[in-house]
Amino acid sequence: MRGDDLRERRIGTLIFELGAEESRCVEPPRADVPQVDLQAALGEQVRTVPPALPHVTEVDIARHYERLASANFGVDSGFYPLGSCTMKYNPKVDEWACRLPGFAGVHPYQPESSAQGALELMWELQGMLGEIAGLPAVTLQPAAGAHGELTGLLVIRAYHSARGDSRKKVLVPDSAHGTNPATVAMCGYEVVQVPSDERGGVDLEALKGLLDTDVAALMLTNPNTLGLFDENIARITEAVHAIGALVYCDGANLNAILGKSRPGDMGFDALHINLHKTFATPHGGGGPGAGPVAVSAQLAEYLPGPVATRDGEGTYSLSIPESSIGRMRSFAGNFGVLVRAYAYMRAMGRLGLAEVSEQAVLSANYLKELLRQAWPLAYDRVCMHEFVLSGAQMRKEHGVRTLDVAKRLLDYGYHPPTVYFPLIVDEAMMIEPTETEGKATLDRFAAVLLRIAEEAAENPDLLHGAPYTTPVRRLDEAAAVKRPDLAWRPGPVVGG
Amino acid sequence: MRFIPVTCEERAEMLAVVGVDSVEELFADLPEDARLARPLALPEPMGEVELAAHLRGLAARNADSEGVVSFLGAGCYDHYIPAIVDAVVSKPAFFTAYTPYQPEVSQGTLQAIYEYQSMVCQLTGMEVANASMYDGATAFAEAALMAVRITKRRRVLVSGAVHPEWLETLRTYVEGGAAVVEAVQSREGVTEAKALTSALADDVAAVMVASPTFFGTLEDVPAIAAATHSAGALLVLGANPILLGVLESPAAQGADIAVAEGQPLGNPMSFGGPGLGMFACRQEHLRQMPGRVAGRTVDVDGRPGFVLTFSTREQHIRREKATSNICSNHALNALAAAVYLSAVGSEGLAGIARSCISKAHYFADALVATGRFAREFAAPFGHEFTLRYRGDVAAMQSAMLERGFLAGLDLGRTSSDLAGLVLFAVTEKRTRVEIDRFVAEVGAL
Repeated sequence: MRGDDLRERRIGTLIFELGAEESRCVEPPRADVPQVDLQAALGEQVRTVPPALPHVTEVDIARHYERLASANFGVDSGFYPLGSCTMKYNPKVDEWACRLPGFAGVHPYQPESSAQGALELMWELQGMLGEIAGLPAVTLQPAAGAHGELTGLLVIRAYHSARGDSRKKVLVPDSAHGTNPATVAMCGYEVVQVPSDERGGVDLEALKGLLDTDVAALMLTNPNTLGLFDENIARITEAVHAIGALVYCDGANLNAILGKSRPGDMGFDALHINLHKTFATPHGGGGPGAGPVAVSAQLAEYLPGPVATRDGEGTYSLSIPESSIGRMRSFAGNFGVLVRAYAYMRAMGRLGLAEVSEQAVLSANYLKELLRQAWPLAYDRVCMHEFVLSGAQMRKEHGVRTLDVAKRLLDYGYHPPTVYFPLIVDEAMMIEPTETEGKATLDRFAAVLLRIAEEAAENPDLLHGAPYTTPVRRLDEAAAVKRPDLAWRPGPVVGG
Repeated sequence: MRFIPVTCEERAEMLAVVGVDSVEELFADLPEDARLARPLALPEPMGEVELAAHLRGLAARNADSEGVVSFLGAGCYDHYIPAIVDAVVSKPAFFTAYTPYQPEVSQGTLQAIYEYQSMVCQLTGMEVANASMYDGATAFAEAALMAVRITKRRRVLVSGAVHPEWLETLRTYVEGGAAVVEAVQSREGVTEAKALTSALADDVAAVMVASPTFFGTLEDVPAIAAATHSAGALLVLGANPILLGVLESPAAQGADIAVAEGQPLGNPMSFGGPGLGMFACRQEHLRQMPGRVAGRTVDVDGRPGFVLTFSTREQHIRREKATSNICSNHALNALAAAVYLSAVGSEGLAGIARSCISKAHYFADALVATGRFAREFAAPFGHEFTLRYRGDVAAMQSAMLERGFLAGLDLGRTSSDLAGLVLFAVTEKRTRVEIDRFVAEVGAL
């Protein structure tokens, strides 16, 4: 027997394997009305085989999930410089706020007169996001960034349709997030890729060559996924507008420019904002987030509803914009996430939010300076809130890939940066420190990365085998596809 | 409350290393005309004491489930949430983590997803489930798009008895032209069989129904499945996860894709979001399924472990050829659902379902007995039902709110055809005392 097998709960033990047939945690309330005969009430459709759910006690559950949590890494565990994801600290007061019964216990269909506090919060949040975006109309409906993209492009589609203009193409830079082209396809548009220039921005001449009256929109992230602000932004938006198309901003990188520059002022017509990035709501191990969309005045009537409105007497209500594209989901939005973002924005205030971007940008440039001696920069320019290094030289000289570096970082207790994105940089490593890390953290992280560069030269196999100290080591992803095991099933043989 | 730990002195040191005199220089790439020349017009910062008081004040202006007795459902339900659920989802290692792209330090999230998927498969009878979608409505819409990809047909028939917001969401999702949505009329609160049969043809990708319906009634799903399959189409079934404790699973009833709003499983109502989109299908359709999937495998030392798998369906790999653009999902809500289902177990889930159904039937009978309400539909129902009110619904609701009750949903709000109808939902939290008091009060109006 391996030592692992003797541990009380070894890694991989499923909750289905705990407890006993008679174990219970929460039982239904005692019957205080006559119990229906299910067969009589529901007819043929009564279930004959019960679902095989765990039979466990509360102690089993508490310990199981504590063990799982201990095999996880979150922002509270340590530095999480995941580029493009803005893994900043999630304030605890926001968690407290969204759990207040007056927020968590509110039903979306209760009379508006009995939900004025919730509606006021939404209305205020719409206003604050609109001010930051420089775009006057905001919907809080979208559940995530990609959902916001879909919303924004459908709004743009509706705008063109209303003008009797059926355009077919949407331009997307080669440095874009994968959600951009996927969204374009979901909207029924053809994706046309725009190349980047040697400074990492949109190749303006190439863009102009692609612009024709069949183009509905350009989707652009600015600052872009290389962490660079596109200096030509005004010329880009102007050129797109000149052919009657609109410009959509992927707001994933808004953390760089709060109070410095507004997408609306750059000429963007629509923008989604990832509240789970810029406005400190937690990522939840993958979600829920929220992706409100802000648009220019000419697009306001197409927004999905409901949106919060306020009348002259200060009464709040929900309404559907005039030529709305319709709903993007049930109910008004990921309200629990909106409460957290609102709390964060009120805590920071106008000056605090500007300071966020100043520090995020300074921290990124500082870290970039500390690392550039060991890792070539993909684009040697002042960066915004993140920057991209290339491990191509390290791969060539030592046979060590960026993936190996990322895995080795795990042994030092850091979450790795985003790797192999953007796709246009070979062996890319994209680092976003955020403003919520102290200088000492940045210094230590840089020292570790420099140390790893030395390790790569001295003993490449050390990196090839990393990580060594994590709950599990490198996993066999090919086997996961070859022999799919996507769900536990009851049976005589369980476990692996 | 700044959440920015760098000190003034450190900031100066950092500027020196970067080689600039001020932070402003780092923003030199921003063209002059794109710069904001004034501070943002936002409120001043707040300390935590003031902020907490402000938020408490906003919350106090909402009626909530601790202060009112709610008979409102229609897609969002006031079920009891066991204390263990929030104890688990409040663990920072879960809620402050990102998507588990580095599996070696994300085994907690990955195993929790795998277990959640397993539970969804158990509830729905399906072979595979994804890691979650945003909510029931978007899961429903994505199911239509998936059926179109599988069948390479474009017509989608949707029951007029599904939640109107699910139908509206679906209509928005197909704006780009991926499918043509046709509503099949409902009669007696369920999909009209004749209308469905006459609409079915060999160009139909999917028939989409929900059971229970928006009205709380149960569809004859096996009959709908038979008609659907005889036309070579797929059946998408929207279910209620609590009722699946006692109702036959979607797979056993003939569904090809099962979706549900998972909020009832341990997630607060929270003014309607975040919810939880549950999504499951048969193994053969795995490669067309949207969303993330976790799978079990082994590490280099042969230890069991979990990874995100079949990622070639997804946007970060496939870009415009992906099965969906979804990236962030509702992982933490899925975690809550898994903890909830573990806490109640199959007997507990069946018991809770039975409790809700018993109370709903008791309540419906008592309301009808007042003479102020009449049954509208003959079809069987679970924990939600539709009655016709003999009077002004809005006035009744507002009078009952003054008495501390949320008196169901005025269906006239969703469609003028439905004026006079009220949709009531009853969860296991409601007591006989509350129900009796409501009946007495509404009868005395």
